[in-house]
Parts: sequence; structure tokens; C-alpha cells
Amino acid sequence: MSKPKPTDIEKRVSAAGSTVTQSSETLLEVSDLTTYFRSSRGLVRAVDGVSFKLDRGKTLGIVGESGSGKTVLARSIMELLPRSGLERNGSILFEGTELIDFGPKEMRPYWGAQMSMIFQDPMTSLNPVMKIGNQISESIREHLDVSKQYAKELSEQLLVSVRIPEAARRLDEYPHQLSGGMRQRVCIAVALACGPKLLFADEPTTALDVTVQAQVLDLMATAQNERFMAMILITHDLGVVAGRTDEIVVMYAGRIVERADTKTLFSNMKMPYTEALLKSIPRVDQPSHLRLSTIPGRPPDLVNPPEGCKFAPRCAYAQDRCTQEEPPLREITPGHEYRCWFPVGTPEGAGALANNRAQGTTATGLVFQEPEVATTTRGDG
Amino acid sequence: MEDLRPDAVPGGSGSAMEEIVGESINRGLLGAPAEISIAAIETGGEGESSRHKLSLGAKFAIGWMVFVILFAIFAKLGIITWGDPNESFTRCARRGPFSKEGSVSGFLAGCDSNGRNMMARLALGAWSSLYVAIGAIILGFTIGGTLGVIAGYFGGKVDTFLTGLFNIFLSIPGVVLALALVAFLQGSAEQAQDAILSPELILIIAIGVVSIPLVGRIARASALSWTQREFVLAARSQGAKHRRVIIKEVLPNVLPAIFSISLLGVAIAIVVEGTLAILGVGIKPPTPSWGNIIATDRGNLFTSPHIVFEASMMIFFTVLSLNMLGDVIRSRFDVREGVL
Amino acid sequence: MELTKLIARRAVQLIIVLLFVSFFTFLLVRLLPGDPTDVIIPFGTAAKKAELRSDLGLGKPFFEQYADYLNNVLHGNLGKQYSSGRPVSDLVTQSFPVSIQLMIYAQFLALLFAIPLGIYSAYRAGSRADTTINTTGFALLAIPNFVVALFLSYFVGAQLKWLPTGGYAPGWLDPLFDGTRGADIGEHFNYMLLPAITLALGQIAIYMRLLRSDMIATLQENFISMARSKGISNRRILWRHALRPSSLTLLTVVGLNVGALIGGAVVVEVIFGIPGMGLKITQAIFSREYIELQGYVLVIAVLFVLINFTVDFLYTILDPRIRRGRSAT
Ligand SMILES: Nc1ncnc2c1ncn2[C@@H]1O[C@H](COP(=O)(O)OP(=O)(O)OP(=O)(O)O)[C@@H](O)[C@H]1O
Ligand code: SF4
Ligand SMILES: [Mg+2]
Repeated sequence: MSKPKPTDIEKRVSAAGSTVTQSSETLLEVSDLTTYFRSSRGLVRAVDGVSFKLDRGKTLGIVGESGSGKTVLARSIMELLPRSGLERNGSILFEGTELIDFGPKEMRPYWGAQMSMIFQDPMTSLNPVMKIGNQISESIREHLDVSKQYAKELSEQLLVSVRIPEAARRLDEYPHQLSGGMRQRVCIAVALACGPKLLFADEPTTALDVTVQAQVLDLMATAQNERFMAMILITHDLGVVAGRTDEIVVMYAGRIVERADTKTLFSNMKMPYTEALLKSIPRVDQPSHLRLSTIPGRPPDLVNPPEGCKFAPRCAYAQDRCTQEEPPLREITPGHEYRCWFPVGTPEGAGALANNRAQGTTATGLVFQEPEVATTTRGDG
Repeated sequence: MEDLRPDAVPGGSGSAMEEIVGESINRGLLGAPAEISIAAIETGGEGESSRHKLSLGAKFAIGWMVFVILFAIFAKLGIITWGDPNESFTRCARRGPFSKEGSVSGFLAGCDSNGRNMMARLALGAWSSLYVAIGAIILGFTIGGTLGVIAGYFGGKVDTFLTGLFNIFLSIPGVVLALALVAFLQGSAEQAQDAILSPELILIIAIGVVSIPLVGRIARASALSWTQREFVLAARSQGAKHRRVIIKEVLPNVLPAIFSISLLGVAIAIVVEGTLAILGVGIKPPTPSWGNIIATDRGNLFTSPHIVFEASMMIFFTVLSLNMLGDVIRSRFDVREGVL
Repeated sequence: MELTKLIARRAVQLIIVLLFVSFFTFLLVRLLPGDPTDVIIPFGTAAKKAELRSDLGLGKPFFEQYADYLNNVLHGNLGKQYSSGRPVSDLVTQSFPVSIQLMIYAQFLALLFAIPLGIYSAYRAGSRADTTINTTGFALLAIPNFVVALFLSYFVGAQLKWLPTGGYAPGWLDPLFDGTRGADIGEHFNYMLLPAITLALGQIAIYMRLLRSDMIATLQENFISMARSKGISNRRILWRHALRPSSLTLLTVVGLNVGALIGGAVVVEVIFGIPGMGLKITQAIFSREYIELQGYVLVIAVLFVLINFTVDFLYTILDPRIRRGRSAT
């Protein structure tokens, strides 16, 4: 019925294997990172014990629904969060340097020069009353010891490299004179300006037209390959990361629930949540606002999360055990870890499904619905 | 969806336009209370809850206003007069409560340069100052409020005309307009030997006229935004009489806005009365007002500072309290309909 | 809408407002009851009264009188001061630059302190420093100008004797209006400093609080996070990225506030004995020079209207988005 063409995704997944593999030196290593906000309601556990590694030049996808903590995770790694009411712990090794205790002063040389970020909404991330040229060149002038004139030339080249027509003229224009797609390209140019080693792209295409999305993603891939830059691509759409990442982390309620290389994740996913996400990949024939409509319920409250598995209230596989005991993140096969008592495609999972199917509801009282997409995908793998 | 904005985005109130009007009428309003910074830039400490602090200030403000109003009324009605405000006692002339020669018992606040009892004068001064200020604002409130609501409710040509009228009056600085009006009204009164146009009434009219366009503009903006709400449109489409719709649907919603502005208006009017007194056209001595107490004895600030100081303090605390109360009402009723 | 069209529309509005303002000042004198000449020069001789009557065109139809008045005003004829027979326009050219200088200094001082304070308290919003600045500001708002003037003039001027408490020396602007007056800049600032500070004090609080609240809102914008992520300094973020978008409201209020400033200047001039329009207005009222008074009121109103008109333009410079379409109000 409403299945994506698996072959399509398969093609892109296998293409991912061919990205550059020059060096496998670790660039970023995040261990047990927690990021809490003190609020009037209590502690908001926006990021709760996240660990992963990223090698130079590689691409990591971070996938999760809205509110799963993707943006907070990225900003927390970069230390771009407002500091009042913030509790941030764990370890962030960037090229072997521990960043977790750095304050804004220590971070400044890293920002823009070592790591940079493309923000979620291109319409509001450029200063409306500052010329485009200045917004690009101020970063260059801050980090590189170059003349004003040279910074300007560099800015123009950057605009050319992100395929902005009439780049020289655009330097003197203001953001409101550009379309959304163009603005996102400018943001990319700003982010690339000082040749960072790591680029965070926070839903770089969500706010853009479908037709422009692929162009912008391709552009970023090209830039990445040219510069041997590592990238963390954040999205809520598994379709976006398919074929564009080396590894994918799936986040739910501030935690990693599954991590695997891209190919494995698509062919052999173990988390029912990942399966549900895949099922919700928007298709070209569907208006984009319909995406994610297929996972029933809402993400849990981050102040008072449910006991046991955080996904249990929405999971088709949920059994009694899921509501009592939280599954740990286990690395079952090398490079593939997940948090689930009844993983997809295992005898336990099949048993759980059969049990729920027979009862018509899950252990949390959710009306049972067949997780159909996954079975098909698995069959193809 | 936008990220990184905590649920209770506190700071700034961000409602700049509302400030504009506020600032233009007053020498200022209280912006949003200082709260936790979520400014992207790093901040140091925790912002403590200022809600508590505000209510403390509000309590003080209410307390002070009750005191001042009773102080004034009792003096006027002769219940507690603190003595005759116009009787001179040479033994205590220019002596303040803390003067070197020691205070004179029976004169809590000392005496002015003519040896008149400051306490009695401050009390009766409170009456004159409040009488003029409140009278002026009632005038501005009724006329300005009515015109503003009419402009906002009917829109179209009526609105264009009235808004234009407000703008013209606003283009003459308040103090200058009041000054000119007082001058010409006094001229007329003397000419016509008009007993109705008492000096107090002239001040009330002059200051009131100045406040009409200010109240009017706020009332208009507020009425306009409420008129476009569904329940009002519904009432109108059901053929209810305009007067009924205005009184039943629009007015109750507009009143808090006008009222909070009016409190600030009273504060401004008190200051304007003082200003006019300094310029020599305020309430005529020997009747005391806070303004003319200062005006009369400003030359003696060096030798007996308590006179000017005491009257200034009365003005200061009253204006402060009114500003605070206006602000409380404003935030209570969320008076921030995109003004202008 | 293009800039030219915008200008044209504003210019039409400006002319209409100016017409009405002149009509109002015209009315002030005509609405005096009975024979206005009896009010203006009650003890004047019959000949004097007749002269005034013809000056005012009193026999003529109402609108013809206004047309004459307007015509006179446009030709720089504001009538005469009756006690001395001097043209009011002369008196205006003498006192106008005095008041203007005072207001420029006050405005400058106010912004000089208010902008850094506003930026700082927004940057440190919620901190103790911010709370202190804000509370002080709120208290300052409740102190009338004349109280500040009196206390400053007596304590700084009379007791500490740092600065003169009254008087005036011509500054840089006076010679431009009246060639016979030589400037004495040193003395000028000596006399003007205290009055300017007085006038500035009230404004500082207004501007600072306004900038603070706008700035806090701006600092939450996405483009500020973006600017931070470039690694540029906080100082640059505050001054280059956040200040300009936050200063639009401030600019409007600076314009509107000229009204309050003029009102304040009147008192300050009277207390410090500075021969500007404020002092002249007060003197005119006491000596019943209604025509002179009318002249000052007109000049002040026109000045105020023009300033707000200019502010509208500065707006378009500060916010490029307005150039393309969005109206300034
Ligand atoms: N400063 C903050 N204070 C309190 N809670 C916050 C703050 N910033 C984010 N949060 C909360 O943290 C959670 C995670 O938000 P985050 O923006 O990271 O989600 P996301 O995965 O990026 O979602 P989206 O797809 O909508 O961008 C949300 O519930 C959000 O409300
Ligand atoms: S099966 Fe159980 S543990 Fe696994 S995701 Fe569902 S609820 Fe969680
Ligand atoms: Mg996000």
C-alpha cells in the first residue's frame, strides 16, 4: 500500500559504502554526554548519556523525531547553548582535546575554524540588517590573518562554490533579497568559510522546497569531499540520510537507541523505533507535512520520562518487561548497538509481535498495528 | 519548530511598540521585569524570581497611594489638618526636622521659609496636586477614551480624521501645549472675569487636553484589535446596535489598557503640575501644591533643603507608585495589543 | 514600494500636519474671548490696539485671516513683541540655537550612557548588575526634571562650585543664526554641562530600558547563535549584530521623545537661566506677549514634526527590509 520503493533506498544505501576512506583517525569522540536544562517544571533531560565516535572525513547521521534532542546534542557538543540553567556533563574529545570544561572563551578558536554549524532555519539564521558579504567575511577575518580585500575575494569564491549565481553582486545584498534555498547556500558558505574539520548540519533542508533539498544536500556532499571534512547530518527523515552517511545514530528522548553503519541500519535494523521511522519516510507523492504521521502517540516528557523502555507506550512489540526494565544499549555485532528487549527480526521480536497480534493490544494498551514496512525491507536485505 | 527557546521565554517582553506609546506619554514605563537571561550569550548568575519582588513593590505602591490619598482627603476635610497651612510661626521658620538648631516640637516636617507648617502644607498640597492631576486625567480619559474607541470601532474616515487630530495635538510637546493653553485660558478668564474658570480648572483643562490624544491613541489601538475579534464581529453581524456592541463587547476589554495608561497619566500630570508651578503658572499661592511648595522655596535649597526635599519626595514616591501600579495592571491584563 | 514613493507619501503627510499645526497656533490667539487686543495689550493705547487689530487682520473673514497668517509665517513674519516692537522672528533666531544645542547635548549624553548600559544589562540579563541598573532606572523615571535640576544646581553648582549655576555663553551654533555673536566654546560648555546632564538623566533610563528589552529579544534570535558559531567576539556580536536590529524602537522613541525633551528643556532653561526658547516662552507668558508665545509654539511644533519625519528616514537606513515595501510605522 504505502510502501517506499525499497530498491530505491537500497541503491542509495549501497552507494554510501563508496565514500572516501582515506584515514580512519578519530576526530570526535563523545562519551556519556548529558545535557540537562533546569526549568520550573524540573530537570529537562534533553540529552541523556550519548556516546559515539566520528572519524575524519566521515559522515554521521543523527535521526530522530522532533524533540528527540538532536539540536540540543549538536549545540551541546559545540557549546552553543545558553549557559544559565544548563547542566552538561560527560566527555567531548576533539582531536584528543577535552572540550567539556571549556568556556566560551576557550571555544572561540574552535567555532567557525575547527567546527561550524548550519542551523535549522535558513530564513532566520542570517542577520537581516547586515550585508551577505560581511556575514561571510567576518568569520574569515576573525580566524585567518588576511586583508579585507582578500577576505572579500574569498567570500565571493565561497558563494561561487555554493552555486550562487552572480556571486559578486550578492555580496552587497541583504538576506531578504534571497530565496530560502539561496539563504541556506549562504549559510553553508559561512559554515565552510574557514575550512572547519567538522560540520554540523542541523536539518539543513527541512525548511526548503523539495526540489531544492537534493541540490543543497549534494552541494554539501561535494564540499565535504573536496575538503575532507567530517559532517554530522541531523534530520528527522531517514530518507535524507540514506546514501549520504557512513554511520547513523537514531535518537529517542535524548538517548541513542540504535547505532549502526548506514547499510546495516537499513538492512538489518533492530529497534522497533527505527522501523517505525523508516515507515514514515515521506514519499515524493506525499505532501511533506504528512511525514511522521505514522508513529502513534508522542515522544515522552523529558522531565518525567516513563519507567522502562522510553518507547514502550508507542511500540508495537512492547511486552510487560519493557514497561519495567529499561533495556541497556548493547553492542550485539561489532559496530551495531541498540536498546531493545525484543529486537526486530529476532525470535524474541517475532514472539512479541505474535503475542501482541493475538491480544490485539500491546503491553501498554496500544492498539496493535502491524509494522509492515520492516518485514519487506528485511526480506530484501 | 523553533528550538532552544525554553517554554517560558521571559525576557524583554519584546513588545516594543507598546513601549513606544508608553514612553511617549511618560518619561517611561516599567518594561518587563528582569528575568532569567536566555540570551544566547553566556550569562553569569541565576535570575531570581522577580515576580515576588514585583508584588512587593506593588504592595508598597498600593500602601503609599492609600496613605497619600487619605493624607490629602483628611487635610481637605479638616479631619487631620496638622494645623493651619497658612499660619506663620517665626520661631521655626526654615527649620527642618533635622536642622542643627533642633526641630521644633509639633512640626513633624519642619516649617517653610515663612514659618508655615510643612506637614499641613504637604497634606493640603497633596490634595491640590492630586485634585488637578486626577481631574485632568478624568478629562483625558473620558474624551480621549471615547474618541479613541469610536475611531477604533468604526474605522474608515472617522478613524482617519480622529487619528489625524490626535497626531496634530501630539506634534506639540506636552509641556509647551499645556503652558500655551494655561496662558491663553488665563487671559480669557481675566478678560471674561469668569468665575467658573478657576485657576485649578484651567490647569485641569490644560493638562487634560494634553492627555486626550495620548489616551485616545491607546484606546483606538486597543479598540481596533478587539473589534476584529470573532465575538465582536459575530455580535455586529447579528445586527446588534453599535452602541450596545461597544458597551457590552468592546469597552470591557479596552478599559484595562486605558486604565493602566491613565494611572501613568496621573503620574505625568503630577509632574506637569509641578513643572507649571516652577514656571510660575501652576496653582496660585498661598494655596499649597507640591509643585508650588518647591517653586516658592527653591531659592532656599541651600539653607533649608528640607522644604524642597520633602515636597520632592512626595512627588517621587507618588509617581513611582503610580508607574509601578500602571505596570502591574498592564502585565496583569496583558495590555499589549499592537498599539499604533 | 520604492523609496521615492515612500518619500513622496511622507512629504504629503508632513505638509498636512504642518498646515494643521499652524492652524492650531492661529486659533490660539483668535479664540481669546471678546476683543483679543484687550487681552494681548490690555493697557495699550487706542492707536496701539488698532495697529494690532490690523496686524491680526481681525476685521476680515476667518479663513482669510488664516491665509494671511500662513502667508506671513511662510515669509518669516511671526509678528511683533509689543513691549519692544521687535520682530518675533528675531527673538526666535536668538533663542532657537540655544535650545537646540542644549537638546543635542542632552540627547547625546543620554545615548552615550544609555546604549552601553542597555547593551550590558541585556547581555547580563538577570544578573545583579542588571537588576541594579534597572531598579535605578525605574527610580530615575520617577524623579521630575525640575527636582534634578534644583538639586544638581545647588549641590554641584552652588555647594561644590564645580560649574556655574546659571548664565550662558554662545556656542558653535549661535553665530550661524546671528552673525553678531561670537562663540566662546569653553565658556559655553561650562554653562551647558549641568543643564545637559539634568536633561539627560531622565532620558537615560527610558532609552536604556527600551534598548535592554529589545536587545534581549534580539539576542534570542537564530542569527545570533549563527554569529556565535562563527567564533567572533562577544563585543562584535553585541555591537555589530545585535545593536542595529534592536535600535529601531529606540530610534522611534528618541524621535518621539524630543517632545518630552523640549518640555524638560523649558524647565531646565528657566532654572539655569539659559536664554533659550523655554525661558522666552515663560517670559512671554508673564509679560502677556501672546503673539510672541504663538511664534515659539509654532516653531517648536514644526521642529518636532520635522524631527519625527527625519527619524522615519533614518529607519529606512537602519533596516534595509523597509526599503522594500514594509512601511515604517
Ligand atoms: N534551553 C532549553 N531549556 C529547556 N528545554 C529545552 C531547551 N532547549 C531545548 N529544550 C528541550 O529539549 C528537547 C529537545 O529539543 P531539540 O531542539 O534538541 O529537538 P530536535 O530533535 O532538534 O527537534 P526538532 O526536529 O524539532 O528540531 C525539547 O523537548 C526541547 O523543548
Ligand atoms: S520492544 Fe520493548 S524494549 Fe524494544 S523498543 Fe519496544 S518497548 Fe522498547
Ligand atoms: Mg532541532
